[in-house]
Amino acid sequence: MTKTVIEMETPITCLEQGTKATVVRLIDHGSSFQRRLRAMGIREGKSLKIVAVHPFAGPLVVEVDGREITIGRGIAQRILVEVKE
Amino acid sequence: MKRIVLMGNPNIGKSAVFSRLTGADVIISNYPGTTVDFSRGRACLQGELVELIDAPGTYSLEPTSRAEEVAFEVLGWADLVINVVDATNLERNLYLTLQLLEKNKPMIVALNMWDEAERSGITIDTKGLERLLQVPVVTTVALTGEGINGLVNRLKDASTPTETKVHSEEEMWMEIGRLTREIQKVTHRHPTAWDKLSQATIKPLTGTPIALMVIFATFWVVRFIGEGLISNLFEPLFELYRPLAMSISNWLGPGLLHDLLIGGLIDGEIDYIQSMGVLTTGIYVPLGMVLPYIVGFYLALALLEDSGYLPRMATLSDNVFHRLGMHGHAIVPLFLGLGCNVPGALSTRALETKKQRFISATLLGLAVPCTAKSAMIFGVLGPYGLSYVASVFATLAVIYVAVGLLLNKVVRGVSPEIFLEIPPYRRPNIFMVLKKTWMRIKWFLSEAIPFLFLGVLMVNVLYATGVIEWMGIVFAPLMEGWLGIPGEAVAVLLVGFFRKDLAVGMLLPLGLDPRQLVIATTVLSLYFPCVATFAVMIKELGIRDTMKSIAVMVATALLVGGAMRFALLG
Repeated sequence: MTKTVIEMETPITCLEQGTKATVVRLIDHGSSFQRRLRAMGIREGKSLKIVAVHPFAGPLVVEVDGREITIGRGIAQRILVEVKE
Repeated sequence: MKRIVLMGNPNIGKSAVFSRLTGADVIISNYPGTTVDFSRGRACLQGELVELIDAPGTYSLEPTSRAEEVAFEVLGWADLVINVVDATNLERNLYLTLQLLEKNKPMIVALNMWDEAERSGITIDTKGLERLLQVPVVTTVALTGEGINGLVNRLKDASTPTETKVHSEEEMWMEIGRLTREIQKVTHRHPTAWDKLSQATIKPLTGTPIALMVIFATFWVVRFIGEGLISNLFEPLFELYRPLAMSISNWLGPGLLHDLLIGGLIDGEIDYIQSMGVLTTGIYVPLGMVLPYIVGFYLALALLEDSGYLPRMATLSDNVFHRLGMHGHAIVPLFLGLGCNVPGALSTRALETKKQRFISATLLGLAVPCTAKSAMIFGVLGPYGLSYVASVFATLAVIYVAVGLLLNKVVRGVSPEIFLEIPPYRRPNIFMVLKKTWMRIKWFLSEAIPFLFLGVLMVNVLYATGVIEWMGIVFAPLMEGWLGIPGEAVAVLLVGFFRKDLAVGMLLPLGLDPRQLVIATTVLSLYFPCVATFAVMIKELGIRDTMKSIAVMVATALLVGGAMRFALLG
């Protein structure tokens, strides 16, 4: 199996279904947007898992703290993570 | 009167706690100047009559949406705050709790969904949490009512913490980390069958067929309930009412007032569908034809919401709705609109921005046939074969998508992306489902029935004053030439301006061939919402946007009608 080399910081939109990762950074889009993500459990240092990637640029479903959250593509692009081995 | 406000994150059973605390006299109010609704009710708690307010769910007190702004405003009215917390997700919920503590209002924390937390291996030291937060902490299972008495008994202990420090966001998360480490233990558990089901219903490959089955089953249930109510309850009730209506008719005698109130008599008898009086058709259509299905639709919606399926449906359908300038939640107005466009249009309120509400309401009026209209389309075209019926519905579906794609490009404004939490599946509690359905039906009756009445009255006035006849004469040549249907059908189209369900039925005696009927019913569906929906649109969108919306509908109707004419009649 070839090992894919992924950059340190990857937006979650590049990940495949089932990947586990740690949130590294939220790209700024006004602090209220960041606060909302954080309040829903998506903040620096948190682990998340990609549950579903809907085709044709549809939303992503990620799991944080045992809860699933649906996130539109545009918002998801601004969540940078580090993939866990 | 003392005001108690319930605050908490969305989807954590806050409204269930509210329902358990309040009696039957709950009203849904609209926060002035916004499109946000919240519930308020009264209850006698410990010998004192208090007002309870169920604030919209919010993650923090720094509002990121209109609903969260309203939650913040409503908090200001509180003499006492009940902070409902999801015990299965303590960490996330404590952010709001800590912010609420800074507000220096007497507060009590209810750790809700306590049974679910226990089942999933979470133990919380409530005494410890009480000590750390310095306010009473109780455990509840609102769905079954467990712990609600305990909550009521401890309301008198609600307190403001003796020392509150104002934290920055970062400090807050640090503090929450410390708190949860100290008082919460999580034992690892294996994924349950529910977890597996949850994942299967949200992945595109497995979720889509499941969603289609759920939708199919839902419509079957709605139809079952609607038809059952009509034949067992509403029809008999209207037969009881008939002698009264007839005696009013006799007492009034012929004249303008008779035309307005009772309408025309068919063979000396009142015909609830064709008489068109305010006291006959005006009552029969909303109560006898539409309401039974509304009951079914609201009941189905409550079941979809309370089981936790709706957010999954929104996720799966987001792909389509996102391209039409809305997002997955727009499935609710579409779903309700298939019952009756009026509650559909009212439910566009839940969408976040003006652009989303405009597109949703326009597509609703344009291409979503209500039960009354669908029944008429079946009635008129069914005898010629189901392919004719299907072609009308298929055309409407294509138009819904095509016009949506276009409006998304043209309409100015933003359409935020979907961003929602998927709650775990829960077994709906029948008491809660029925109470919610009842509250909505009550709300529908008070919000929509006046408009339906007004609609019939307006049509009657326009008829009596000859306006409709005049319009028929003016527009007949255009319609005849462009749509290829005879002049008499034009008068029908104009009645359809206000009452499309009836207009479709009136096409029958004109002897159109099935192709002409397909064109006429499609155009009828497209070009104008029924008058009640029109009135609700003005209320929800404002007169300017409603006019724009109508312009879109008329233009689409003429273009599609013309195109169909060339396709079908040559």
